[in-house]
Amino acid sequence: MNQVTTAEQRAATGPIIIPDPDMNPVRVSAKDVSVFYGAKQALFDVAIDIPERSVTAFIGPSGCGKSTFLRCINRMNDTIDGCRVTGDITLDGRDIYDRTLDVVELRARVGMVFQKPNPFPKSIYENIAYGPRIHGLASNKAALDEIVETSLRKAGLWNEVKDRLDEPGTGMSGGQQQRLCIARAIAVSPEVILMDEPCSALDPIATAKVEELIDELKENYCIIIVTHSMQQAARVSQRTAFFHLGILVEAGPTEHIFTNPKDERTHDYITGRFG
Amino acid sequence: MSTADASLPAKFDWSSEAAAARRRRRHMADRRLRLLGIGAICIAVGLLGILIVSLVANGYRSFVQTMVTVPVYVDPQYVSEDDPSKGNYRAIVKDTLAQLFPEVTDPRQQRDLGQLLTNNTQYMIRDRVVADPALIGTTFDITVPVSDPFDQLEKGVLSRDLPEDQRKIDDQQIGWYDQLVEEGRISTPFNWGLFFNSDSRFPELAGLAGAIVGSFYALLVCFLISFPVGIAAAVYLEEFAPKNRWTDLVEVNINNLAAVPSIVFGLLGLAVFLNFFGLPRSAPLVGGMVLSLMTLPTIIIVTRASLKAVPPSIREAGLGMGASRHQVVMHHVLPLALPGILTGTIIGLAQALGETAPLLLIGMNAFITSPPGGLLDASTALPTQIFIWADSPERGFVDRTSAAILVLLGFLIIMNGIAIFLRQRLERTW
Repeated sequence: MNQVTTAEQRAATGPIIIPDPDMNPVRVSAKDVSVFYGAKQALFDVAIDIPERSVTAFIGPSGCGKSTFLRCINRMNDTIDGCRVTGDITLDGRDIYDRTLDVVELRARVGMVFQKPNPFPKSIYENIAYGPRIHGLASNKAALDEIVETSLRKAGLWNEVKDRLDEPGTGMSGGQQQRLCIARAIAVSPEVILMDEPCSALDPIATAKVEELIDELKENYCIIIVTHSMQQAARVSQRTAFFHLGILVEAGPTEHIFTNPKDERTHDYITGRFG
Repeated sequence: MSTADASLPAKFDWSSEAAAARRRRRHMADRRLRLLGIGAICIAVGLLGILIVSLVANGYRSFVQTMVTVPVYVDPQYVSEDDPSKGNYRAIVKDTLAQLFPEVTDPRQQRDLGQLLTNNTQYMIRDRVVADPALIGTTFDITVPVSDPFDQLEKGVLSRDLPEDQRKIDDQQIGWYDQLVEEGRISTPFNWGLFFNSDSRFPELAGLAGAIVGSFYALLVCFLISFPVGIAAAVYLEEFAPKNRWTDLVEVNINNLAAVPSIVFGLLGLAVFLNFFGLPRSAPLVGGMVLSLMTLPTIIIVTRASLKAVPPSIREAGLGMGASRHQVVMHHVLPLALPGILTGTIIGLAQALGETAPLLLIGMNAFITSPPGGLLDASTALPTQIFIWADSPERGFVDRTSAAILVLLGFLIIMNGIAIFLRQRLERTW
């Protein structure tokens, strides 16, 4: 039997972070991050390091704060009225909540893929070209075409859509739409890609394709994925963090979390006893 | 009975008489609700039908006009070629009639004879001659409206069976008229004058041109003010404003503004635009400004509703790409909301088109016989023209009033049709 600690013990000592000597250099680092929605605190003193060129999965029951934390990393919580974030989050050592940091730049560097595929109701080409265009990444039409093609190729969508780039992105299947959203995110060359339950609206085949894509993308990007599916976390991620009731309970290499959890709650969750 | 069965809840008897009766009552209630709805629709459609039928029954006569064609000899003794506009055209009309009815010599009868033609016949001849002085000394046919009583006689509104002393025209005049009919000089073509003439004291000459142009100018001003201001206000309130007590207050007041009776806006326009800023009375510019006060809250409310209807996922997608809020609004949200905004704007403008009270207060119910040449010229508008005509005693204006209402309704139907077309054409689904 595993050596597990009880919830009472945990509350006093903070999260268990299982050390990993093989971990890539840290890209995103959080310290003492708390989030409040009005008077209600949704996240309590989260501290975690997220390595580059790998996939980190956030798991936990509904309402545990994993999406809230994810949305702190590109400051999407700024758009919610009454939402307040305290603590430090750094991207490559730089505080992202610093006054001098432009949130527009941050969101270009930290792309996001949402739960429900949300392509713009424009053509496939325009969906991809929008980001490079507003950020001025392409100086002419040829360069823009180039970016669109590479992005779609990286998202494994090029062969499916190369003959119908003018058709609306909303006319594709759900799985294709989600991969279009991923292509759209990588078109602006982000360093980090946040994925908020990217497969929850997809069927198993489309899910498999997206997971395959995530696996390829981790060679170049720091990917953080929130998922409800523990199988998915086990399949795609190198590191896993378990959240419960707004607290980061345990984080470490995925195989450790799934085979040898140190905390009672993690153990109960991955064995399906709650959540 | 086993223990397992005992632990189950008591089985409900779905086929019992009581259960069947309860289901029947529920179905009856369904049917009653549906019948009530159909009844309500029938009442609404019926009332609308009564309105349209009564308008058409009254107004259709005004869409044709009784005209008479007479040969006119432009006697050089009355008109000089040097200045054809100064001629004695009254005498020419008199001669024309004398030629048609040589047996009428008594001056009094000649005056009665003159009442056959519209009062403005002499000016119509003058306009023709001024336009083409070569006509002097020649004879040409001119078609002019007959005066209102004979128009009504032709249309059967004025009965020949009425005792002579209750009619505006006597038996002798009717005899002359019948003579013209026999000679084939009377015709009843489509009344283009209704659309191309301006207001007149004489029903046979009165038309809606001035009112249509005035309404057009007023709506143009109304659109140019309320559309950009309304959209800017709505975009700020919906996309940028923090949700606090102040924005709540603004929102409540905008909704209140939409409920303010239009006559109050008219008084405001009178006090502010006319008396304080000294803008000209009866001008479409002021009319449009007053109407825009009324349309503005409508456009703000409709625009906010359209912006709300754009799914938040589109905003998230844009923001998540690193677009600024301004870019998200201009590139994504506003284009998606535009069909709804346009529809609402057109419906708001259609409301403004039919609005009468504020225009009465700023003097757009004046008697004006030419279309406005610009935004500052005195003018009427369609609803105020209806108001003026409804107030006029001549029998011919009764028909014209109904006809003008039909024209106004026609414009409203066209505008609402455009709104529906735009909505179906541009609407996107997600």
